[in-house]
Amino acid sequence: MAEVTAPAVAVAAPAHGRAEWRKTARTLTRNPLVVAGLVMVVGLVVVAALAGLIAPYDPIANNVRAALQPPSSYYYFGTDRFGRDVFSRVVYGSRLTLFVAITSVAISALVGVALGLVSGYFRGWVDNLIGRVMDIFFSFPALLLAIGVAAMLGPGLNNAVIAIAVVYSPVFGRVVRGPVLVERGKEYVEAARVIGASAPRVILKHVFPNVLSPLTIQATITLSQAILVEASLSYLGLGTQPPFPSWGTMLYEGREFLETAPWWSIFPGLAIMLTVLAFNLLGDGIRDVLDPRSRAA
Amino acid sequence: MYHRRMRTYALKRILSLVPTWIGVTILVFLMIRMIPGTVVDQLIGTEARVDESTKAAMRAFFGLDQPLYVQYGTWMGGLLQGDLGQSWRSGLPVSKMIFDRLAVTVELGLLALVISLLVGIPLGTLSAIRENTPLDHVVRIVSLFSLSMPTFWQAAMLILGLSLWFNWVPPVDFASPIRDPAANLKQMIFPSIVLGTVVAAQVMRMTRSSLLEVLRHDYVRTARAKGLAERLVVRRHAFKNALIPIITVIGVQVGYLLGGAVVTEQVFTLPGVGRLVLDAVSQRDYPLVQGTIMFIAALFMLSNLVVDLLYAYLDPRIRYD
Repeated sequence: MAEVTAPAVAVAAPAHGRAEWRKTARTLTRNPLVVAGLVMVVGLVVVAALAGLIAPYDPIANNVRAALQPPSSYYYFGTDRFGRDVFSRVVYGSRLTLFVAITSVAISALVGVALGLVSGYFRGWVDNLIGRVMDIFFSFPALLLAIGVAAMLGPGLNNAVIAIAVVYSPVFGRVVRGPVLVERGKEYVEAARVIGASAPRVILKHVFPNVLSPLTIQATITLSQAILVEASLSYLGLGTQPPFPSWGTMLYEGREFLETAPWWSIFPGLAIMLTVLAFNLLGDGIRDVLDPRSRAA
Repeated sequence: MYHRRMRTYALKRILSLVPTWIGVTILVFLMIRMIPGTVVDQLIGTEARVDESTKAAMRAFFGLDQPLYVQYGTWMGGLLQGDLGQSWRSGLPVSKMIFDRLAVTVELGLLALVISLLVGIPLGTLSAIRENTPLDHVVRIVSLFSLSMPTFWQAAMLILGLSLWFNWVPPVDFASPIRDPAANLKQMIFPSIVLGTVVAAQVMRMTRSSLLEVLRHDYVRTARAKGLAERLVVRRHAFKNALIPIITVIGVQVGYLLGGAVVTEQVFTLPGVGRLVLDAVSQRDYPLVQGTIMFIAALFMLSNLVVDLLYAYLDPRIRYD
C-alpha cells in the first residue's frame, strides 16, 4: 500500500505540537508534588553519577579491623560485618537501584506498549490471544510472580530486571489497550486508513501519541514499584548478589545484625523509602496534571 | 433486561476463567521445573557422594525420568479430581499441609484488612472533608510514606523498636488463636500492622479521592442547600456512592495481601502458606510448590472475579463486552 505523503485529508490527530508540550511542562512544574519529586529524583541521579566523588571509601573492599563500627565522623552510616563503609555502599547502591528501575520499566513499557497497540488496533483473535495470555500473568500476586521468575532464571541483577519486566509488561499492555480502542474508532484514524495509510503508520503516527499520557503516569508509578520488588527479591537472596551494594542486598546481609548493628539496616532502608517516595510524588503529580479526572486524588 | 445482561456477563466472565486456569497450571508446572537443581540434588546435598545409578533410581522414584507431558498429565489428572498430590519431602498430602497452615495466613490477612479499613476509611473521609487543610496534607504525606516502605524493612524496624523499648521478640512457637487467643493476638498484631500499612494507605487515598469527586455532584449541593447537616450529607448521600471505587481497591489489594504474606510470614517466622511456598521452592518439592502456588493463584483469581462482578453489579454503566 502506497505511503501517504500529502495530507490531502484533514487527518490531524489531536494537537501534540510543541506548544502543547510546553504548556504541559509549565503546568507540571507548577505542581508542588511534581517539583518535590523531581528535586529528589535529580538529587538521586546526581548522587549516582558522582558516586566516585561522594563516597569516601571503596564500597566492596573489606577492612575487617573496622567491622561493625557505629556511625561516626569517619563512617557516617557506620560499617558492616566486613568493615565496609555503609555510607559508601548506600551511595553506590543508588546506581544499581536506578539501573534496575529504569531498565526494567523500559523493557516492560516497550513490550507492554507493543502488545497493547497491536491488541487494541487489530482486535479480533489477536486481541483475544494476547488478552488470555496476559490474564494468566494477572492471576498471580505481583511479588509471587517476580519471585517465581527470578528463582527460575537464577539469582542476579539482570535476572531480577527480567523478572520485574515480566510482571509489569502486562500492566502496560492493559493501560495502553484501552485508549487505543477509543482512538481507533475515531474519524481521523478511519480517514487515515481510508486514504491508504499502512497499519504501522496509523498506529505509530496517529494512535500512539494519544497513549503517551497514561503511559507516562504508569511508567512513573512502575518505577517506584520496580524498586520495591527489586529490594524484596534481593532481600530473599534472589536479586543482586553480594558483595555488590544493592540496597535490598544490604538489608538481606544486615538482618542477622539487627540488634547489634542496626545502622546496617536502617540507612539502606531509608534510601529505598526516599527513592520510592520521590517516584510516588512524581507519579501522583503527573497524574494530577495529565489526567484531570483524577485531579481530586 | 438488566438482570439478563448481568447474568450473561457473569457467565462469560466465569467461563473465561477456564482457559486462564489451564494456562496458570502450565506456567506453574514449567516454571518450577526450570529452576536449576531438582529434589534429588537437594536431598543428596553437596557433601555426599552418590553414584549415578542411585541418582537415576531416585529420579525414577520421583517420576522425574518421565517426559514432561506425562508428568503434567499425572498432576492434572489428580488436580481435576481435587488431589494436589503428596509432598516429596514430608510425604504428607499437599492439601493437608496447605490446610494446616491456612489459618495463620487467613488470620494475618483478615487482621491486616480490618486494621487497614479501620485506619484508611476514617482518615480518607476526614482528609476529603477537610480538603487542603494542614490535616489533609499530613494524612496524604503519611500515606505516601507508607506506600514507599518495603514491607520487610518496615517489619525489621518495628521488631527493632519493639525489642529495644519493650523487649519484645517474635516468638518462636506459634500460639493457636483457639487455645490461647491472648498470646495469639500479641503474636499476630505486629505482622498484621506491617501487612496492613500499604492497604490502609491505598484505601485512604481511594476513599479521599472518590469522596471528593462525589461531594462535587449536584445532588450533594442540593442536599446541602436544603439545610442538611454536613455530617448527614457525607454519611447519607456521598459515602454510599463513593463506596464502589473503595470496594474495588480493597478487592485489588487482596492480591497484595497474598503476595505480602509471603514476605511478612518470612520476617516474623509465622508458619503460614506464604512461608510454605518459599520452603517448598528451596527444597524443589514440586508437588508442594505447584499445590501452594495454584492455591494462591486460585484465591487471587476468585477475588478478581468477585471484584469484577461486584463492580458490574454496583455500576450498571459498565460495558458488558
